[in-house]
Amino acid sequence: MNALARIFATPQGIVFLVAVLFAVVLGLLNPAFFTPSTLIDLARNGLVTGIFAMGVMMVLASGGIDVSHTAIGAFAMYATMKIVLGIDLDLPIIAYFVIAAAIGAGLGLVNGLLIGGLGLNTLIVTLGTLSFFRGALLTFLGTTYITSVPREVINFSRTILIRIENAVGQMVSLPASFLVLVAVTIALAIIMNFTLFGRKVYAIGGSEEAAQRIGIRIKRVKVLIYVIAGAIAGLAGMTHVTLSRMANPFDLVGMELNVIAAVVLGGARITGGHGTVLGTLLGVFVITMINTTLLMAGVPSYWQKFVIGCLIIVGTGLPIVFDRLAKHRQRMARPLEA
Amino acid sequence: MNDEASGSTPILQMRDIRKAYGPVRVLEDVNLELSTGEVRCLAGENGSGKSTLIKILSGVVSADAGQVSLNGRQLGNDPMGAITAGLSVIYQDFSLFPNLSVWENIGFLTSVTSADVLHKRSARRRLAIDTLKRMQVEIDPDTPVELLPVASKQLVAIARALANRARIIVMDEPTTALTRSEVAHLLEIVGALKKEGVSFLFVSHKIEEVFAVCDTVTVLRDGSVVVEGPIGEFDTERLVEAMTGRSVDSQRLPREEGAVQRPFLAASGLGRRGNFVDVDLELRPGEIVSVVGLLGSGRTELAQTLFGYMKPDAGRIEIDGETVTFKSQHDAIERGIAYVPEDRLTEGLFLNQSIRDNITVSSLEKSTHFGIVSAASLLQRARDAVKNLRIKTPDVTPAVATLSGGNQQRVVLARWMEIDPRLLILNGPTVGVDVGSKREIHELLVSLSRSGTAVMVVTDDIAEAIALSDRILVMVRGRITAGFDAATVDEDTLYNEVIREDRT
Repeated sequence: MNALARIFATPQGIVFLVAVLFAVVLGLLNPAFFTPSTLIDLARNGLVTGIFAMGVMMVLASGGIDVSHTAIGAFAMYATMKIVLGIDLDLPIIAYFVIAAAIGAGLGLVNGLLIGGLGLNTLIVTLGTLSFFRGALLTFLGTTYITSVPREVINFSRTILIRIENAVGQMVSLPASFLVLVAVTIALAIIMNFTLFGRKVYAIGGSEEAAQRIGIRIKRVKVLIYVIAGAIAGLAGMTHVTLSRMANPFDLVGMELNVIAAVVLGGARITGGHGTVLGTLLGVFVITMINTTLLMAGVPSYWQKFVIGCLIIVGTGLPIVFDRLAKHRQRMARPLEA
Repeated sequence: MNDEASGSTPILQMRDIRKAYGPVRVLEDVNLELSTGEVRCLAGENGSGKSTLIKILSGVVSADAGQVSLNGRQLGNDPMGAITAGLSVIYQDFSLFPNLSVWENIGFLTSVTSADVLHKRSARRRLAIDTLKRMQVEIDPDTPVELLPVASKQLVAIARALANRARIIVMDEPTTALTRSEVAHLLEIVGALKKEGVSFLFVSHKIEEVFAVCDTVTVLRDGSVVVEGPIGEFDTERLVEAMTGRSVDSQRLPREEGAVQRPFLAASGLGRRGNFVDVDLELRPGEIVSVVGLLGSGRTELAQTLFGYMKPDAGRIEIDGETVTFKSQHDAIERGIAYVPEDRLTEGLFLNQSIRDNITVSSLEKSTHFGIVSAASLLQRARDAVKNLRIKTPDVTPAVATLSGGNQQRVVLARWMEIDPRLLILNGPTVGVDVGSKREIHELLVSLSRSGTAVMVVTDDIAEAIALSDRILVMVRGRITAGFDAATVDEDTLYNEVIREDRT
């Protein structure tokens, strides 16, 4: 009971518990659910969300919010394809990711200069750039699908890490793109925990004024945060291409709230100062599981939104209610003495 | 004490500092020196230029003229320069990171000044533990700072400065949020560090602390140094006179004794689990009652319970002889009770909004006819209140944040007086308020009570209780342990009663 109460006291605990319950129910309804192939399915489906979520987590930890990441991802992915097809050179696949990350970093710099340099509000700026980057993409780069992606991309997308047969005899595979998520996660974990820059991010999220007073150059740190977040978004965009084997400029934008929801469910606070790489992975896992399993169970897709909405409200609200109840019970258990 | 301070070369020199904001001259030719191991008090009322002087010292604001030199080296207006040169400012809000652990907070300044690229976890953690040990303070280094009580946060802020080998620590009103025993502990630590050669610049309103800890005093008034010298040359009266420019009678405020009236509010056997128990109390129109107790004595919870913010577990409250149950503070306000909270900044004021809006926000219906709020009426009422309460501001439109502490407190008072309360409960009414304003606020409260309002003051400032009240109740560990007539009780008796349990 005590352990259970403790689990209920943290948002991650509740999220995790709900996820487990969810899995159990689905497992009972559909025995095929408890197979390794489901896990691979989830890893594949949550891949892009997970990469985006890493950048968003860092922004949230600094006390900001970034809704423009999907637009950055879409822009970087489409622009990279345009560039590579334009120069018509045989580049190794790693170069694609480098170009996409650089484009993302450049767009992130725009966010960073507006937010860090000019000191504008992060939500307003990124709402603006979300529309701006997307508009720029569709207006100046094009609206047509690029279906003839270069050979390197095709090859990379055919590189498989794990392949398993699922219950109904289909092959389920984990593509090499999964390594991008692994790399980004490890890199961000190192940045956030083992560099002073990462600690400054948390410090600024905790108290910007205090950070300024002990000599942290807030503007610089903020610019760098959005540049890194932009680069990560660029990688997410490129990863998306390797999964879908085509570049659709209309993709990605629209999933930003899903990403933010995953990060918040993972324990990052919208007020800043908190957020971990592992928590974020958990949040992404839960969101992806709900989306995927509801689909598997044949539940109409609009139910996914409903369930995720409930989870956000319950996951962030219930710990507060439990905390209050516990305090009240604790107080009432005492004798009428001061 | 003075011998240690004199004779050595100054570690800090500020020479002919001038600063003006537009046409307003904030500082004029201010000189200030600090020697190794000296504790100097920077005294002055709100608006005397203390804060600006500190900001110039710390490099946050640049002076129009004059020089600041540390160890003979001149400082520019760069916060990092001052910090690396060994100067640390501990602000009133401590400027810590609530989300980070104690050790990381303590080590952070050092990491920043040594321009680390990597996060040196174990080295910084050891530094923090060593520093806390050196201060002989027991705080768990792994606790997040947000979970610490105020006094510990203060100590963490000092530890952070020390960990960075600060030679000069500037403390801006360090004791405002501390209780007496915590203040005593802080002053002990200051004394010990001073022996190690750390110099302090101590900004304080509390005269007794100035005498307890400082070697020398610099008094600022209207932007210039009016007097400066070793503390031995001063006594309370001379210091207060220097700060305010007028001699202030620190004794009880004169008042007419009125006839005893029927109580407006009477509580009997009032109790709340873990906070207070068996509280009997009567609050009458025309009388000021102080509830004096240490932090944690239940004084704040009692006040909040009378205001309907918390619910009692036992006992009852009567208003005009009729038993009442407050479901929320709204019911209490309807009954004519007003509450001025302890922390006016976070609980009481909308800092970024205008003085007018802050004054009239609780009494909008007074200016509302047929559902429409009359802006002209709001403006008029706000202007009248500013005049009546002598709030120093050119107009009622600037944000409250632009006012000094004493004037902010008056804005809170003005707001509650607008609802014409029958009972005004004030929690720490002059915390963070300078001597002159304090006196004026006390005078206001006395005249308010003589006009027929019941006033209850919750405080741990014994001199304030005596100067202000008619009757004093002492609260120790949730119980009212003694009652005194404020006209006859002396400070020592009262003090001993208040700390009775604290000593054992």
